[in-house]
Amino acid sequence: MTCDPRAGSPADPAPGSPVATPADPVPGSPAATPAGAAAPPADVSAAGAAAVSAAGGTAGSGAPARPAPWSRAGRRSRRRSRALRVRTSAAVLTVTVLAVLLVPPLAQLDQQAVDLAAALRPPGPAHPFGTDDVGRDLLLRCVYGLRVSLLVGVTAALAATVIGTAVGAVAGALGGWVDRGLMRVVDALASVPHLLLGIFIVAMFRPGVWPVILSVAVTHWLSTARIVRAEVLSLRSRPYVDAAVSGGASRARVLFRHLLPAVLPQAALAAVLMVPHAMWHESALSFLGLGLPTHLASLGNLIQDARGPLLAGHWWPALFPGLFLVVPTLAVAGLAGAWRERINPRRRSELML
Amino acid sequence: MLELRSVTAGHERHAPVVRDVSLTVAAGEAVGLLGPSGCGKSTLARVVALLHRPVSGTLLLDGEPVRRWRHRAPRALRTSFGVVFQQPRLAADPRLTLADLIAEPLRATGRGAEVPARTAELVEAVGLTPDLLVRRPHEVSDGQLQRACLARALAPRPRLLVCDEMTAMLDASTTAALVAAVERYRRGTGAALLAVGHDRTLLERWCDRTVHWDELRGSPAPEGGTERAAACR
Repeated sequence: MTCDPRAGSPADPAPGSPVATPADPVPGSPAATPAGAAAPPADVSAAGAAAVSAAGGTAGSGAPARPAPWSRAGRRSRRRSRALRVRTSAAVLTVTVLAVLLVPPLAQLDQQAVDLAAALRPPGPAHPFGTDDVGRDLLLRCVYGLRVSLLVGVTAALAATVIGTAVGAVAGALGGWVDRGLMRVVDALASVPHLLLGIFIVAMFRPGVWPVILSVAVTHWLSTARIVRAEVLSLRSRPYVDAAVSGGASRARVLFRHLLPAVLPQAALAAVLMVPHAMWHESALSFLGLGLPTHLASLGNLIQDARGPLLAGHWWPALFPGLFLVVPTLAVAGLAGAWRERINPRRRSELML
Repeated sequence: MLELRSVTAGHERHAPVVRDVSLTVAAGEAVGLLGPSGCGKSTLARVVALLHRPVSGTLLLDGEPVRRWRHRAPRALRTSFGVVFQQPRLAADPRLTLADLIAEPLRATGRGAEVPARTAELVEAVGLTPDLLVRRPHEVSDGQLQRACLARALAPRPRLLVCDEMTAMLDASTTAALVAAVERYRRGTGAALLAVGHDRTLLERWCDRTVHWDELRGSPAPEGGTERAAACR
């Protein structure tokens, strides 16, 4: 419920917001540069600006370049860096989604075609990412692999969120022994390392996309269930639920009309934050040889195939699939983080009423 | 119509805040319940509205004892009690517009067809203007929201209206308007009223009979209870 003290959000009523840093009584304030300290305290905002510009100009000369996070300039630079982060993440994600949607129809990939004469070519004009140890173009295989990873990630995250929301909402809304029983099931599942549990589930089926999705979904709903249950418990005792009960609403009506709409933003955020997890999980399973069939392009399979060439000094078959895994997941996490910061102030204003 | 017989209720089992309380509300009667803050008036109101199961004691409605509370109580029984809470902000779902808020009991009880006519009637009765109906709770004032909450409580035509400090946070003119709306409803339907509050002047003008919290004890209260009530006063 409390606002995150690290979040320098613009709505955050920072203590002493009009006061710039040189007048700040906090000892050891990083913005107390010599230029700022020498200025008269009456002219605080100008001194603050001077301090910042001085710090910016003399960044190399040992002056602390970073203003205090609670100063006006610091807040502005934070806002700017957050906007930059959101824009970069959105751009990367757009490019990624367009690539996985548009490239496969335009450039067909024969998963089993090999060209041993072109094996392990370094990145160059013909093959921007180089070729792998049987001469397949890595760029195309990476895009196909990312497509599988995104598909698995999004589907599994959605499925996990649906399971988690259902379990959490039922546990929170019914309470009593249902709640205790369901939460012990959650604890039991959480006590098993989830990669191990995922391997166990995958091992029961033939290799393919759906067992991987199932495995990720079944192992990743626990945190969502806990979040949703906690939210529902906090909402359940509100007077408006009492009013609904008095107005004749059934349990299901209270749940679907009043409780679930209130937890939906949290659940959706959990779903988005789950996408990178699901992608990593898929890659881990494929890397271990338990995910997709090994001839199919998947980021985990690509990295697994690249292990031998890497030891021989051929870095590109391992680097590019790794980047394709890390960069989109970072972009998703960056966007989700900005979204979470947007959700929090709204919850705070609800408290302030 | 309604009779409480030595009801004991509270959130903590070993120290219930309502101890051994007896109260009768006749059909069509308006009873004002006065008491200091923290003495358990609101808990008693929740018991009467079937929202809180008492630890012991019986609640009789038309001579029939009530055995089930909250969701387990039959829907018809629940809707025969209307409740207006003290804080309209907390008693209104922040996601519903005022129109949805008022219509919610009708929709929840499968009477969605009546919604347009009944909502218009209720909105007029409590003195809301139609332009407010599309707003959400955070976009209206406390007084306007409390009017909407009163309309919601009246929507299923309850036989007993429980007003738990309904006007405690409001100015005099809004208080007068809300009380007038309640009285018009009661004249029209013959419903009974249990008004809980600490404003003696208001309750004595409003109700046929006012009782003080201390008069409700069926038997002498244990030491802790009296001390607590005395401290509150």
